[in-house]
Amino acid sequence: MLKTDVLVIGAGAVGTAITRELTKYKLDVICVDKNDDVGGDCSKSNSAIIHTGYDASPGTLESELVVAANPRYDQLCEDLDIPFSRIGAILPAITDEQFAQLPAIKEKALKNRVYDIEYRSKEQLLEMEPELNPDVKGGLWIPRESIIDPFLFVVAMAENAVANGARFLLETEVTGIDVEDGKVVRAKTTAGDIEAKYIINAAGLHCDEVADMVGKADYTVVPRKGQFYILDKNTSCKVNHIVLPIPTKVTKGKLMTPTMHGNMLVGPTAEDQLDKKDKSTNAAGLASIRDDVSKLIPNVQLRDTITQYSGLRANRNPEGLRIDVYDDLGGYINLSGVRSTGLTNSVSIGTYVADLMKKMGAEMVWKDNFITKRKGIARFHELSLEEQEELIKKNPLYGNIVCRCETVTEGEIVDAIHAPIPARSMDAIKRRLRAGMGRCQGGFCGPKVIEILSRELGIPTEQVCKNNKQSYMICGKVK
Amino acid sequence: MEKDIICTVCPTGCTIHVVGDEKSITSIEGFTCPRGKAYGEAEFLAPVRTLTSTALVEGGDSVLVALRSAGPLPKGKIMDCMKEIHALRLTAPVSCGDVLIPNILGTGVDIVATGNVAKL
Amino acid sequence: MYDIKCDVAVIGGGPAGLAAAVAAKKEGAEKVLIIERDEKLGGILQQCIHPGFGLKLFKEELTGPEYFGRFVKEAKEIGVEALLNSMVLEIGDKEVFCINSKYGVTRITAGAIVLAMGCRERTRANIQIPGTRPAGVYTAGAAQRLMNRQNEMVGKKVVILGSGDIGMIMARRMTLEGAKVVAVIELMDFLAGLTRNRVQCLDDFGIPLMLSHTIVDIKGNDRVEGVVVAEVDANKRPVAGTEQLFECDTLLLSVGLIPENEITRKANIKINPITNGPEVNNFMQTSTPSVFASGNVVHVNDLVDNVSTESAIAGASAAKFAMGKLGGGDEITVTTGNNVRYVCPQKVSPNSDEKVSFYFRVLAPKKGVRITAKDGDNVLYTRKAIKVNPGEIEKVTVDPKGIKSLTVEVTEEA
Repeated sequence: MLKTDVLVIGAGAVGTAITRELTKYKLDVICVDKNDDVGGDCSKSNSAIIHTGYDASPGTLESELVVAANPRYDQLCEDLDIPFSRIGAILPAITDEQFAQLPAIKEKALKNRVYDIEYRSKEQLLEMEPELNPDVKGGLWIPRESIIDPFLFVVAMAENAVANGARFLLETEVTGIDVEDGKVVRAKTTAGDIEAKYIINAAGLHCDEVADMVGKADYTVVPRKGQFYILDKNTSCKVNHIVLPIPTKVTKGKLMTPTMHGNMLVGPTAEDQLDKKDKSTNAAGLASIRDDVSKLIPNVQLRDTITQYSGLRANRNPEGLRIDVYDDLGGYINLSGVRSTGLTNSVSIGTYVADLMKKMGAEMVWKDNFITKRKGIARFHELSLEEQEELIKKNPLYGNIVCRCETVTEGEIVDAIHAPIPARSMDAIKRRLRAGMGRCQGGFCGPKVIEILSRELGIPTEQVCKNNKQSYMICGKVK
Repeated sequence: MEKDIICTVCPTGCTIHVVGDEKSITSIEGFTCPRGKAYGEAEFLAPVRTLTSTALVEGGDSVLVALRSAGPLPKGKIMDCMKEIHALRLTAPVSCGDVLIPNILGTGVDIVATGNVAKL
Repeated sequence: MYDIKCDVAVIGGGPAGLAAAVAAKKEGAEKVLIIERDEKLGGILQQCIHPGFGLKLFKEELTGPEYFGRFVKEAKEIGVEALLNSMVLEIGDKEVFCINSKYGVTRITAGAIVLAMGCRERTRANIQIPGTRPAGVYTAGAAQRLMNRQNEMVGKKVVILGSGDIGMIMARRMTLEGAKVVAVIELMDFLAGLTRNRVQCLDDFGIPLMLSHTIVDIKGNDRVEGVVVAEVDANKRPVAGTEQLFECDTLLLSVGLIPENEITRKANIKINPITNGPEVNNFMQTSTPSVFASGNVVHVNDLVDNVSTESAIAGASAAKFAMGKLGGGDEITVTTGNNVRYVCPQKVSPNSDEKVSFYFRVLAPKKGVRITAKDGDNVLYTRKAIKVNPGEIEKVTVDPKGIKSLTVEVTEEA
């Protein structure tokens, strides 16, 4: 039986950030996830924005965490060797009614201590964002709203945690938690029992199910679907900043933003549902994106889409982000209501949870050899000619370009398959390297990636999956 | 017996109406050219198809070689021919034109390779 | 950097590149080099093992491998060279940069360049089919590669969206290899591909063809479990209440092809918004005089025979250009008249001594039409056609000497 000091349930952004934070201490940490890869459910399908917290409810834990998290990203992303850009957000008022709302939005931002929010005139906004609706009356500028690659962010944190001694057990689902003498002692999982002194529930969409295992389910998770469009890098109508709508009472609305890789991201919808597995898109939702975003950016070309997807936010009922410990249940920390700010919050939650463990009496001794830097896979197409030459000489696989759309080499794919958090599925490779994420959507590289995965993992092609175990790509041999 | 046959001789795609039995045709109409008439007659009495598939090759620079029937096969025997082709196990090298199955199922038609697989 | 010099560099070793390279060599270019990303020449025809190629050019029905095999043989005999496993990332006016695992970054300096990169398939996302995103949704071409080159069976129970030729050919291919093809679904009220393929690929095997239908939802979280098919109205919108679930483990998409012009765009060569390929003149010359283009990179063709014919012009012209012998000069732009979606080439030199063939597609299917090419009121070419169809390319041949304008139109025959 596995034994550990801390068991983190869930390898999304939050679980991974907690795991990494705890490896700064002399603790043995295991993070488990039911999926085939880190990145969870919510963390891999969102708007990829690192928020400032300007619009959080002032005085809440969520506000505190998001506001504290934002400034940490410059250093963190440099340490983790992942792309991050402070492109800033604009909040344009198109109607007089929206214009009248601007002062209240600014006031709320100031209450959240986001002091760098500023007013921008119509002329200034149109200069910053030429594709903006020319009816714009004026708006707000929030310079620290930023964009990140959410997949690489989680992978990089997880790899850094592994370098510092943490273990990630994927395709491992927690089925029960044993409590003895008012204290959690072990988790039952699909891969066997794991004994732990501390168990942290960072199961996101499924955190209510985990809470129920220890009798603490005084809330439910209400998945809120968000559908998005990704547009081709060549689309004729682009924005330079995150363009946010003025929120209504009903919804925060739909935005348009560049991604870290030069695509345009448009969405999301907000649809409450019961099914935690249903991540389907639907025609009505996609049509509503078109209707809403064209009010901000009239020329948006959604026909230039290269994919549409949807993600689920793990909203809580009753609402609000909560991190709970219980007098009558030792060793257990419950996180719930981590929603759209979760990607940003994750690093703050890591720090918060470490502090909470100290308060719970855990022995928290700093390591003197924590490795802060993580090196990612060399991105062939970003290198200079000389560097490319050097790389191919060292490893000829870097001379085989597998994905034409995003210029991904066989060398990068092989490296990702053998990385500390190995990419073992088509989607895992896609998320790390973008092979299959371009305009042909894997039409060309897919058949080759199947071959490479089969060869490198030493498995028959029939066992190569898109993501989880049942998602097989090939059903057998022709001959 | 009567049949509507869509002519495939050219892109026009005339519908040819044929009446008759297994051995003879009593009426044929709807064609617009002599080739169409001939096609309609053949398709009614003894439809044929060219069959293409692949076969497994060992020790070559490809795992498969493409193949075809050197001439048209009776349409009704296509699936039976596929069983024969399925059982093929070749060894590299294979060259375009190599006869892989002579006189398949006694049809008088050979199965031949259409591609090249070099020995590794 | 590894340096290669040649007279004509041809990007792509599929049918277009092979025909262009052979023609360039025959025209007198000394060193002709094909740059090919695959490990073998032949391009997409390597996986097109079915017959139906070469009827126009060779007057016999060849399979894909047989068709390109003839060109490869000829190319070898006359001394065309090939750089395989090499991906071109960028071109200049007379330079090609590619990546190759043996030589690293390679620069090819050429007297002229021929673009022959072909096309790619439209995807599920392009046509925005809603639903889940499970494994088992393949473009028909990707499935064809897996089956015919990699020996991998992609599924057992298949629905195919799109009645293009690749879709229908895959319906037969999968049936022959033991899969069940549930139906072929087509949005339009007419067949997208050739009638012959409908007869031999669908009717022969009793595979239903559902015209004026589309897929409105994909079911299944891990692997495809089914698709929801609905009828569409005259505006191609799904009709509520007509939805039916088809259980299947695989969805193949044959929903159109798009010329692959990433490096063309990067080189600032003018792209035609209708064809999505570079604009060319009667020499298949692009807006950059040293760069020529042919085949599906220029416009998506219906028959490979046309690709070969057009590519021979591109190759020969490129060779002439490299030797300083290509004429040209003034150009007029061809106008698309009634029921004509595009005409290729888009430009023609009125100084040309040779007759020029213009290929075009119509906007809408029509029966009993007249195809005309004219310079003002002066009719240069005219013929009757029993029917025209957007899926099939039509041709007019014109002597351009001295013309002031050129319009191609398809009118109803009185």
